[in-house]
Amino acid sequence: MMGIDKKRQEWEEKCLKPWLKRAKEREEKFETLSGIEVKRVYDPLDIQHIDYTKDIGYPGEFPFTRGVYPTMYRGRLWTMRQFSGFGTAEDTNVRWKMLLAEGETGLSTAFDFPTLMGIDSDDPLADGEVGKVGVAVDTLKDFEILFEGIPLDKISTSFTINPPAAIILAMYVIIGDMQGVAREQIRGTIQNDMLKEFHAQNTLVLPPEPSVKVIIDIFEWGIENVPKFNLISISGYHIREAGSTAVQELAFTIADGMAYVEAAIERGIDVDRLAPQLSFFFNSHNDFFEEIAKFRAARRMWAKIMRDEYGAKNPRSWWLKFHTQTAGCSLTAQQPLNNIVRTTVQALAAVLGGTQSLHTNSFDEAWALPSEEAVRVALRTQQILAHESGVANTIDPLAGSYYVEWLTDKMEKLAWKYIEQIRKMGEGSMLRGVLKGIENGFFVKEISNAAARYQKEIEEGKRIIVGVNKFTIEEELKIPILKVDPEVQRRQIERLRRIKAERDNKSVKDALNWLRSAAENDENVMPPILEAVKCYATVGEIMGVLKKVYGTYKKPIII
Amino acid sequence: MTIKKIRVLVAKVGLDGHDRGAKVLARFLRDAGFEVIYTGLHRTPQEVAMAAVDEDVDVVGISLHSGAHLTLVPKVIKYIEEFGGNPSEMLILVGGIIPTDDIPKLKSQGVDEVFIPGTPIDEIIEYIKTNVAKKKQLLKEKVDQ
Amino acid sequence: MNEVSDLVQGILSGNRRALARAITYVENNYSEGKEIMRQIHKETGKAHIIGLTGFPGVGKSTIVSKLTEEFRSRGKTVGIVAVDPGSPFTGGALLGDRLRMEGFDSSKNLWTDPGVFFRSMSSRGRAGGLAAKTGDVVRLLDAFGFDIIFVETVGAGQSEVDIIEVADTSVVVLMPEIGDDIQISKAGILEIGDIYVVNKADLDGADKTVKWLKAMLLLSEDLVQSLTKFSHADEPKAQNMESLATKSSDWIPPVVKTIAERGDGIKELADAIEDHFEYLKKSSKLEQKREERVKRELLEILMEEIKELVKSKLNYREIIHQIIEGKLDPHTAAEEIVKKLKSVIS
Repeated sequence: MMGIDKKRQEWEEKCLKPWLKRAKEREEKFETLSGIEVKRVYDPLDIQHIDYTKDIGYPGEFPFTRGVYPTMYRGRLWTMRQFSGFGTAEDTNVRWKMLLAEGETGLSTAFDFPTLMGIDSDDPLADGEVGKVGVAVDTLKDFEILFEGIPLDKISTSFTINPPAAIILAMYVIIGDMQGVAREQIRGTIQNDMLKEFHAQNTLVLPPEPSVKVIIDIFEWGIENVPKFNLISISGYHIREAGSTAVQELAFTIADGMAYVEAAIERGIDVDRLAPQLSFFFNSHNDFFEEIAKFRAARRMWAKIMRDEYGAKNPRSWWLKFHTQTAGCSLTAQQPLNNIVRTTVQALAAVLGGTQSLHTNSFDEAWALPSEEAVRVALRTQQILAHESGVANTIDPLAGSYYVEWLTDKMEKLAWKYIEQIRKMGEGSMLRGVLKGIENGFFVKEISNAAARYQKEIEEGKRIIVGVNKFTIEEELKIPILKVDPEVQRRQIERLRRIKAERDNKSVKDALNWLRSAAENDENVMPPILEAVKCYATVGEIMGVLKKVYGTYKKPIII
Repeated sequence: MTIKKIRVLVAKVGLDGHDRGAKVLARFLRDAGFEVIYTGLHRTPQEVAMAAVDEDVDVVGISLHSGAHLTLVPKVIKYIEEFGGNPSEMLILVGGIIPTDDIPKLKSQGVDEVFIPGTPIDEIIEYIKTNVAKKKQLLKEKVDQ
Repeated sequence: MNEVSDLVQGILSGNRRALARAITYVENNYSEGKEIMRQIHKETGKAHIIGLTGFPGVGKSTIVSKLTEEFRSRGKTVGIVAVDPGSPFTGGALLGDRLRMEGFDSSKNLWTDPGVFFRSMSSRGRAGGLAAKTGDVVRLLDAFGFDIIFVETVGAGQSEVDIIEVADTSVVVLMPEIGDDIQISKAGILEIGDIYVVNKADLDGADKTVKWLKAMLLLSEDLVQSLTKFSHADEPKAQNMESLATKSSDWIPPVVKTIAERGDGIKELADAIEDHFEYLKKSSKLEQKREERVKRELLEILMEEIKELVKSKLNYREIIHQIIEGKLDPHTAAEEIVKKLKSVIS
């Protein structure tokens, strides 16, 4: 190290200084997207405090910095899982079959706003929104159509659903029953992460504490009944999309994860039984190395937290498995083809960061939901990375990079600061801390301020967005845009009306009464929800019962 | 003599929960000297319209990323009229995820301008300053006739 | 002016848009505004005007929303004026009180209730003339026919205290353990409230804050005065602080505990507000207050008018310049201006 120290000084004196005299650098200071200052050059001195065996290790071993499995993509490529859904269940089923034919290896469901908010297609508040940003699901019937021709023992399905997550899980399980697939074999994920809704995504129905209660009910039921299914996808993606920095995304996601684990422990759930069914969901944004460092830091942090703080004994409990989506908020409406490049860089970062599954955005998404052509290109992006670029042939290739190891360590340290701050708010409890932060607007303020800062940088020209504030052209939009059939709403409402007329309304009533009593008596709500779903109770009817018992939530607004 | 402050209602209507743009815009408009009333999330068209009338705003800015704009925006305009307001006195602006094909449709129903993602906020501010004055002038001429 | 009479007609016949437009004219000092105020003046004086003040974050907006809901259920119509601080530099403002307006009963919607009118106002970063302006807006709401009018302001400085004097009933909202006790006494809050609210009463220290408030309020100026009056000669038998207080000032500000988010204490607060209005009417304090208000507002408006006059007619800029250059001092300058005005009057 002494030799390097001397060499560095020599270089600065004899090589760098004279050069700088003749040619200045482009900026006064260089920073990552999160505002971490980036040095000109990193060398072994910058990482001498990092110990390979202790801090970095080998893939598949604590602290998993290099990956959760010993063979990673050499064993199995990441799942290519394109988030999709629109219109009615029929429309989405068609798109899904197309994606599967084109080589995607996992399904991912986008629901429309009424479904996301737990209301039915015939609710007056749903007018104009049915089937627009995702598939409309009102009853089990929609799921039967959605999964027509799709064998649940051969595919895993993700569901981006939060307040009604229990209902959607119930629907999937029952489809499995109908197909004759054992519940122990069902694979997939429900997002089921309400905490990030309060921080950022805003699909809010029940207040924070009942929301967490329902989630823990799902955990309790899920570990017994669907052991291969991920019962939550603890998300940072949305926090980032709302404008946070990468460090905030990392810190708040890990904090939420800790809150859930604490809540589960409070319920008496064995952490080693739950942990393998927890998963995470991150954003992959433009700052290439920062994103990679973020993923590595996340794995290392979670491993330490699970083993040392929560006492998990099974190494599987220490794994942070995650899905990644490339950053929607980075896509531009101007010169949309440029988005293919952005998505590629972001996807590459996710792969080099060791993601378990990946969604790549389509280039037209600043305009509408993806067209067929656009989503094909997005999928091909992943396939080219996987099969042509060689990056999947060796594990965590950037390990040992002076910059990347330094940045990983730096981001971890910065994230810990936030975590301690939240812990303090909760007087020692991460769960109370996160709930407190929701109540007093801590998370919302941090995110809002970061978003305003970012926009200011763009407005002042300090941050360049190619095609938007630099390298612009006069243009007319020339790409084909997906249009959702305006008849979707009418068709869906008609279907709903028929189902309500044809089902056994007495069983529905009984099931809903059971649910009400379970909720009122603090029992697990999954069994009555399963019963209600089987009887073709609607999403709105089931959520309605929960709303009656737990109340609805009005978010305190902070700008 | 007071110069009238431009009053802007920044509205999130419908089930769409994406409020990053609306909140950032509200801040920037305030910094530009406007009086900004932000409605918060999940407002119905009626609530937005009532606010527009009672607060006597010069500008109604609706932010939508849910694809529901062709249903919800005309409703807001309709309710403004129903509650006794005059939409043609106000600048009705829309921002968010709006396909270009839908822009003429919105404009034919009373929307003055649609701002797609990436529009510099300065441009929006200039637009407002210029066009609020224009509308007032137009209306004054109508009245004076 | 045609438009003015249309608007006045509209206000007196319940047309919301006319009311909203009239407020805009008044707020922005349009000549139409003054004319409107002239014409509606005699239609005012019916409403109960309640001012609410308190530091940011104590929950005023929530309290106003819940009180609005409560008074609506008592069959009253409610108008609300929420004054937010604006930036003195850009003049802009984020008027954030409206979006906090939510009732407890989600089946009734305060935003679209025809019996509720909510208007956000910016203080525009200046204190001068604000109370008068707010007073005019309140009078418009009064003429329109609202039974209850809430004026909501952010408390921390002198201007907010002025606004409170626009009201018949002043409600001061506090939170448990809010800052330094001494600071609160200094800010003059203890002198202006007719009702005190300790909100977020589920937090630690709520009871302590209530006790402390009650004690401080009893030790008010008049009470101390009456105590000295009674000290030697008379020695009242039942030495009860409260009965002494009753002799010196008839209304002892009650301290109400609320948890506004949950709706707790709101009924009690509404009762206290109605009680105070009854008290004002019965004791003729209402007339007194209104007289004080008129005096203050007249003076405020007058000052604004005179300022405008001096600025426009009396070569203000030149005078300032001379003072800066040392050719004139402020006192002499003022004397000369007054001399000029006197000559015009006589």
